[in-house]
Amino acid sequence: MPGYAYILVSLALFFIGTAGVLLRRNALFVLMSLELQLAAGSLALLAFSRGLGDEKGHVVAFFVMALAAAEAAVGLAIVVSVYRTRKKIDLDGVNELRN
Amino acid sequence: MLSHLFLIPLLPLLGAAYLALFGPRHSRAVVQTLACLTVFAAFVISADAFFFALPKVVHEGGLSEIVYSWFSAGTVDVDLALRMDALSGLMCLVVTFVGALIHLYSAGYMAHDEDYARFFAYMNLFCGAMLTLVLGDSLPVLFIGWEGVGLSSYLLIGFWYKESANASAGKKAFITNRIGDFGFLIGIFLLFRATGRLDIPAILDAARTGQALAAPLWLDLPVAFWAGLFLFLGAAGKSAQIPLYVWLPDAMAGPTPVSALIHAATMVTAGVYLVARMSAVYLAAPAALAVVAVIGALTALFAAIIGLAQNDFKRVLAYSTVSQLGFMFVGVGTANFAGGIFHLFTHAFFKAGLFLCAGSVMHAMSGSGDITQMGGLGKRLPWTTRVFQICWLAICGVPIFSGFFSKDAILGGAFATQAFGHGLAWVGPCVGAVLLLAALGTAFYMSRLYFLVFTGPCRASEEVEHHIHESPVSMVFPLVVLAAGALLSGLVGLPPALRELFGRPGESTLAVWLEPAVGAPLAVSHTLEWIGMGASTLIAVGGIALAYVFFGGGYRAPAHSLAAGWPRLAGLVRDKFRIDEIYALLIVRPLATACRLLFFFVDRILIDKILIGIWVFVADLGGRICRFVQVGDVQRYLAVFAIGLTALLWIAARPTAPDEVNISVDNSTVQIKLVDSQARGGALTYSFDFDGDLVPDRQGATPSATWMYSGPGRYTARVIIEDPRWHTRRTLVREIEIKP
Repeated sequence: MPGYAYILVSLALFFIGTAGVLLRRNALFVLMSLELQLAAGSLALLAFSRGLGDEKGHVVAFFVMALAAAEAAVGLAIVVSVYRTRKKIDLDGVNELRN
Repeated sequence: MLSHLFLIPLLPLLGAAYLALFGPRHSRAVVQTLACLTVFAAFVISADAFFFALPKVVHEGGLSEIVYSWFSAGTVDVDLALRMDALSGLMCLVVTFVGALIHLYSAGYMAHDEDYARFFAYMNLFCGAMLTLVLGDSLPVLFIGWEGVGLSSYLLIGFWYKESANASAGKKAFITNRIGDFGFLIGIFLLFRATGRLDIPAILDAARTGQALAAPLWLDLPVAFWAGLFLFLGAAGKSAQIPLYVWLPDAMAGPTPVSALIHAATMVTAGVYLVARMSAVYLAAPAALAVVAVIGALTALFAAIIGLAQNDFKRVLAYSTVSQLGFMFVGVGTANFAGGIFHLFTHAFFKAGLFLCAGSVMHAMSGSGDITQMGGLGKRLPWTTRVFQICWLAICGVPIFSGFFSKDAILGGAFATQAFGHGLAWVGPCVGAVLLLAALGTAFYMSRLYFLVFTGPCRASEEVEHHIHESPVSMVFPLVVLAAGALLSGLVGLPPALRELFGRPGESTLAVWLEPAVGAPLAVSHTLEWIGMGASTLIAVGGIALAYVFFGGGYRAPAHSLAAGWPRLAGLVRDKFRIDEIYALLIVRPLATACRLLFFFVDRILIDKILIGIWVFVADLGGRICRFVQVGDVQRYLAVFAIGLTALLWIAARPTAPDEVNISVDNSTVQIKLVDSQARGGALTYSFDFDGDLVPDRQGATPSATWMYSGPGRYTARVIIEDPRWHTRRTLVREIEIKP
């Protein structure tokens, strides 16, 4: 499998994730799409790291994982508190900061 | 001790600062003791400097001290310099001595006032500022003191600010003084422009020797005249002379010790001091001296006339102060500086004494100062009455009392002076004659005051009469000391004619002391002196006798018939010639109207409505636009974020500008060569347009091109660097000139 194939998969994952973040209504799906974007970033890092023979990319990929875990924890906590106040987790209703 | 001049003003100022900050925490006794002590300590230091360094003070131009270098800019060096010569030393002694006594008196007088700490803080502030004024050896330092006494005067006139009349009296004093201060500043500027110096000795030297002040400035009159005139405007404001005297009678709204200290004995004499201090400038311009003398004489007479018909104890004394200040200005205005300062010196004692008597009387009369409701207080207030009698005889100019000698020195000087030269020689005798009339008026109104208050039956209501009592010791003691001063202070200025009689010929002690500071005393022939003394005695006794005819033992028939005979004249004098009303009509009201118009059109409409309104509208519009995109939907924000980020990335992907653009022109052949270290591995394409028609003339992957122009002229060349992978481009534009 040539090196650019990894990048193509990474790009595809990233755009799928972006579309999910921008278009899905359900906050849980938005968070999952966000994870997809992060995974795409990690994949690209790993691909370049391997292609260029530089180990730093691997290290950064680990950081991205830790960051994704933290982000998921905070994001889920917000989703839970949104659910408590509104009894649903659709994002298009959460616009109190409007105007 | 000798080199500690700065302690003299500093101690009262420190006292003021401490009392203002921490005074209310302390008991009445602590506050009073502290306030009195600082001024008394200043007196001790002044006396030490003055008497123990006396030979130096008298013969060597005084002690001077530079506390620190205040600022220097360009060629100007202004030091915080103090000087004690006989003139400033004498003023120092008067200010601290009378000041200490009046502080002591205030301890009794303000015994029931809640705000005693504030009062004593202001009083100390006044003393510190006045001493700065007196000791200041450069005009800016003097001006600080000048403004400081103005400030404390304002604060103390409005001390009982809860009554709006008192507050507006304070404002009137302050604003009237601002007009004078404006003149003072202009005077300083003129002197600075002419001499380039601000320290007083240098300016005086320039006035005595140099030509700097003799150069004509305007209307063919020399700088010295205009500087003297403007300085006198300042002096007239501070010392309540025509046309700026109107604030002083109203200043009586302040507590009586304040009237005694500030508005009789010390601050109001600052103008006289200023003219004496700048004596050389005035001597260089006889016309300015003549203005001082004429204004002084007119004020002396005018205020004396108004004083004839006033019915408020302190108001009579206030007009008397204005009148006596006029005497002093005639003294200094006839180049008789020692005479003017002599009267300043004696006046400080007897006028402070008179005011403190007024305070004592008002204390006894439950606070009222209406002399029509007094009478017969002689037996009830024995000490006050004795003191008042001495001070009264002194101000009337009865022989042996101090006022006799000092007034006589001024009168004799007015007739004998040669300072005006030929053209203005008539000024001396004329002001002398006016002063004689004013002296008659003085004797009359002061005697009227005495007879109406202390003799005859009591006209007060029974309730008030029941409360009449002599004042406490702390109030009587200063009175007695001041009375002693009023009696004896004339001895330092005995005229040469009298000194010869006592076997000690020569000029008076005071004149000898003052000689280094203000010049040799005015020579008055002994004949003229004897004539003057005789005339003064006659006038004083005549005035008292006349007043006895009208008011001895209360209102007599002639007083009633005079008032009934000329009701309009009596009314006019009682209304102070309605000068306040005239000022209100001519100055205050037009000014107030102008201010109101300015307020309405400039402040309300231009600033509040138009200038502020425009920006309110702009900010509001901006807010409305921004609110439109602020939808609150997190996914929309993210979409905008994604679009923005993409745009940023696209911009970042533009080819970078080349390091160098080399253009070489050879006749009509031009080569453009780009040096680019980040050429992206040959992925960039270059298109060159030499003739400015936007159509590429050369294209390709090489970063250089050559072109031959058809003829001379100016051309615009464009190079477009493009990255075909991202469709990003950068355009460079250069002007190329082909010479024929």
